[in-house]
Amino acid sequence: MDPDPKKSKVLTSNLPNSNGSSHPHSPFPDEVLEKVLSLIDSHKDRNSVSLVCKDWYNAERWTRSNLFIGNCYSVSPEIVARRFTKIKSVTLKGKPRFSDFNMLPRDWGANVHSWMVTFAKAYPFLEELRLKRMRVSDQSMELLAKSFPHFRALSLSSCDGFTDDGLKAITTHCGNLTELDIQDSVTADIGGGWLSCFPENFSSLEILNFSSLSSEVSFEALERLVSRCRSLRVLKVNDIITLDQLQRLLVHAPLLTELGTGSFLQELTPRQYEDIESAFGNCKNLRVLSGLWDATSFYIPVLYGACSGLTFLNMSDTVLQSGELAKLLAHCPNLRRLWVTDSVGDKGLEAVGSSCPLLEELRVFPADPYDLDHRHGVTELGFLAVSRGCRKLRYVLYFCRRMTNAAVVTIVQNCPDFTHFRLCIMNPRQPDYLTNEPMDEAFGAVAKTCTKLQRLSVSGLLTDTTFEYIGKYAKNLETLSVAFAGSSDRGMQCVLEGCPKLRKLEIRDCPFGNAALLSGLKKYEMMRSLWMSACNLTMKGCRLLAREMPRLNVEVIKDEGSDEIQADKVYVYRSVAGPRQDAPPIVLTL
Amino acid sequence: MVMSSEDSSSSYPDEPELELGLGLSLGGGKAKARPPPPEKAAGAGSWDQYARILTAKDFPSMVSSTKASSSSSSSSSSPVAKANNSNGSCGTKRTAEPSSPPGRSALSQVVGWPPIRAYRMNSLVNHAKSPATEESASTIDKTKGTNLVLDKTNYSSNRNHNVAKERGFVKTSLFVKVNMDGITIGRKVDLSAHSCYESLAHTLDHMFKLSAAVGATRSKVEEEVVMGGKRQPPRLLDSSSDFVLTYEDKEGDWMLVGDVPWEMFLSSVRRLRIRRTAEVNGLSLMKGTGNS
Repeated sequence: MDPDPKKSKVLTSNLPNSNGSSHPHSPFPDEVLEKVLSLIDSHKDRNSVSLVCKDWYNAERWTRSNLFIGNCYSVSPEIVARRFTKIKSVTLKGKPRFSDFNMLPRDWGANVHSWMVTFAKAYPFLEELRLKRMRVSDQSMELLAKSFPHFRALSLSSCDGFTDDGLKAITTHCGNLTELDIQDSVTADIGGGWLSCFPENFSSLEILNFSSLSSEVSFEALERLVSRCRSLRVLKVNDIITLDQLQRLLVHAPLLTELGTGSFLQELTPRQYEDIESAFGNCKNLRVLSGLWDATSFYIPVLYGACSGLTFLNMSDTVLQSGELAKLLAHCPNLRRLWVTDSVGDKGLEAVGSSCPLLEELRVFPADPYDLDHRHGVTELGFLAVSRGCRKLRYVLYFCRRMTNAAVVTIVQNCPDFTHFRLCIMNPRQPDYLTNEPMDEAFGAVAKTCTKLQRLSVSGLLTDTTFEYIGKYAKNLETLSVAFAGSSDRGMQCVLEGCPKLRKLEIRDCPFGNAALLSGLKKYEMMRSLWMSACNLTMKGCRLLAREMPRLNVEVIKDEGSDEIQADKVYVYRSVAGPRQDAPPIVLTL
Repeated sequence: MVMSSEDSSSSYPDEPELELGLGLSLGGGKAKARPPPPEKAAGAGSWDQYARILTAKDFPSMVSSTKASSSSSSSSSSPVAKANNSNGSCGTKRTAEPSSPPGRSALSQVVGWPPIRAYRMNSLVNHAKSPATEESASTIDKTKGTNLVLDKTNYSSNRNHNVAKERGFVKTSLFVKVNMDGITIGRKVDLSAHSCYESLAHTLDHMFKLSAAVGATRSKVEEEVVMGGKRQPPRLLDSSSDFVLTYEDKEGDWMLVGDVPWEMFLSSVRRLRIRRTAEVNGLSLMKGTGNS
C-alpha cells in the first residue's frame, strides 16, 4: 500500500493555485489527515509518510501506535518518547545476529531496562512488547508487570537475563495477558514456578509458548490453565511434558491452531496410545506442529490424524530417518513450511519433493554439526530433488557437506522465486566437490536468476567473482551474510557499490581490509548495520571511519592476545543517539 | 600406574575442554587398564591415593582433597591453556583448512561455525539419541592421536557436551540427565557449573526436594550466593540420608558418586541417579580396590 505518490501529487498541484485559500500546507484538515494516516500499518510506509512535510510528520507521529526499532541503539528511549505519544505496541531488537553464535561477550549490552523505564512513564497504555536478542532482567519484567494495566502480549525471542522471578511477576500481575511467547531462549534451568502463578480466575490466554525453557513446571497448574483459557489457540510446551500429559491437555484444547508437543520419550500402554492418537485426531484446526522431541517411528503415527490441515511442520528437534519422514509427509498435503534435520538424508528430501507441491519454505539443520563425514547428512542431490518437486520454494536454509555449482544453477532454474537463499556448506572454503572449482557460479546463478532475492548467505570456496555477481545482479538484496570467502577488498566493494537496498551486511573471516571498509562510507548511513570479524581491519581504518562519519557508531572488540593494530570484531551502525553509554570495557567506541 | 607423557601435539590450539579429561582413568578399582587420555600438563600429580573404597562418610575430606588435587592440576595446566588461548578463541588467525586433521576437530574449533544458534545446539545435544556403550571407548582411542576431547565430538553420547567458545573464554556445558527413584520425570544438570561434589549435591538436593512441590523458587544466581555461605552438608552426601547419589560411567557401570577426584568424575560420568539407600544395598556398585 503506497498512498504517498498520489497524495504528494495532490499536494504539489494545490500549492501554486490554492483554490483561493491562502493555506500553504495540506488542503486537508488535520483530523482528516490523521484519520487517513491511522490506517497505515507498515512502519516503512509510515517512515516515508513522515518525510513528506512537517504537517505530515506531526500527523504521523500522533497516530503511530506500533513502534518498530530494528537496532535498539540507533535511537534513544528519550528521543522516541518525545516523538511518539500514543504507542501501544513496541518491537525492539538488540544484539547483532552473530551473538546467536556466541561471538559477543556476555555483557555486550542490549539491556531493555532503560527502555522499560521510559515506556513506564511515556506509554501507560502499552499493550504489546516484542523483544529480540535483548537482555531482560527480572527487574525489567517486574517493572513491566506493574506499569501497564492494559498489557496483553509479551514475546521474547533469543533473549536472556531473566529467571523464574521475572516471569512470576508477569504471570501474577498481568491480568489481561493474551500472549506469553518465549522462543529460543538460552537460559539454563531457571525454574518453572511462574506457570503456577496465573490467578485462578485468569482465563484470557491465547498464546503460550515455553518450549525453550527447560524447567519443570507443575502439570496440574498447566492443565487447569489450559482448561479455563477457552480462547487458547497456540500452545507450545517444553520437553518436560510427556505424551500422556499432552493427551490430557489436548482434550481440554482441541481447537488449537498451533501445537508444540513435549517429549515423545515414553512407554505408552496400548490404551494410552489410542488415547493420544484420538486426541490428535480431534485437533481439526491444527496448522502448526513442532516440538516432537525424541519422536520415534513407533510414536510418530499418533500424529497422522492432526496433519491434514498442517501448513508448518517443524521437525528440527527430532532426528528422523528418511522412511519416517516420507510416511509422515504422506499425511500432510497442505504443507507450506518444513523444518527437518539432515538425518532424513537425500532420500528423505526426495520424499519432500514428491509429497509437498505447495512447499514454500524448507530448512534443513545438521543433526551433528561437527561431523565432517560426507556420508552423513544431505547433499546437492537432496536439494535438487526438492527443487524439482517444490516449484514454489522461496525460502531455503540448507546445511550440507558438499555442493556443486551445477546443482545450484539447476535449483534456481527450477525455483526462480527465491526471496531467501541461505546455503551453508559446512566445511569452510570447500570447493565444488566434483570440479574442485570455487562456488562462484552457483551464487552467481542465484543472484542472476532470483530477481526477488532479499536475503543471501554464501559459503564454500568463493573468490571476488561471487561478489561481482552479487553487486551486479542482486538489486533487491537487503541482507547478506559472508564467511570465509572472497579474495580481496574488491569483493566487498562490489557489494557496497552494487546493492542499492542493502541494509544488513555481516562478514566473518574474509580478506577484506580498510580499503573495503572505507569504500562504504556513504552507504552505512543507509544501512542498519555492518558486522566484520576476523577480517583485515585495523584500528586506524576504524578510527578513520568513525571520524569521517559522526552519525555512525563504530564499535571494536579486540580478541585476547591480539596486537595494538588489529580490529578483530567491528560493529558499525547508524544512530541518532550518539555513542552508547552502556558498552562494557571490552567494547571500544571510536 | 605410570602417567603417559603427553603425546598430543601442542601445535594444536588450546582445547580447554581437555582440562576436564585430565584425570587418569584410574581409581574405582577397575580391572581393565585403559590408555589414559592425552594431557597437556605432565606430572599433574599421582592419583594413587584415591584408589580405595570410599563411603559417604569420607566425603568432607574427600571433597577437600579433591579440590586440592584438582587445583594443583588445573594450575599446572592453566598457564598452558592461557598461552594457547589466543589461537583458539576464534577463527582470527587460523584458517580452517579442509585438509586439517581428520574428523571433526577442525570445524569444532572455529568459534560460531557452523552458524547454528546456541539454543539449537543445546537442544541437539540434550536430545540426541543415546547409543550403546561402545562409543566412549572408541572415542578415547580417537582422541589419543588427535588431541580431541572425550565425547565432545560425539553428539549422540549420553554425556552431552556442548562447546560454545566466547572471546577468550570457553564456555562448555556438560549436561547430564539425573533421575531419582520413584520420580518418572528426570532433570538435567550442568556439571560444568560445579567445581566439587558438594556444590553438585546441593543443587541436586534443591532440585529434587522441590520436584514434588511446584517450581524452584531460587534462581541459579541465588543458589550460588547460598553456596558461598556456611550451610549444612547436603543430604545426598550424608551417610545417614535415605538417598545415595550414583552415576553411570563410560563403561556402563554404576558407581558411587565421590569415589574419584572431581575431574576424573567429570570425564567418566554419563548420567546420575539418586537411589534410595535400601535399594543400593542390593546393587553391586563398583568399589575401589586396595584399601578397605
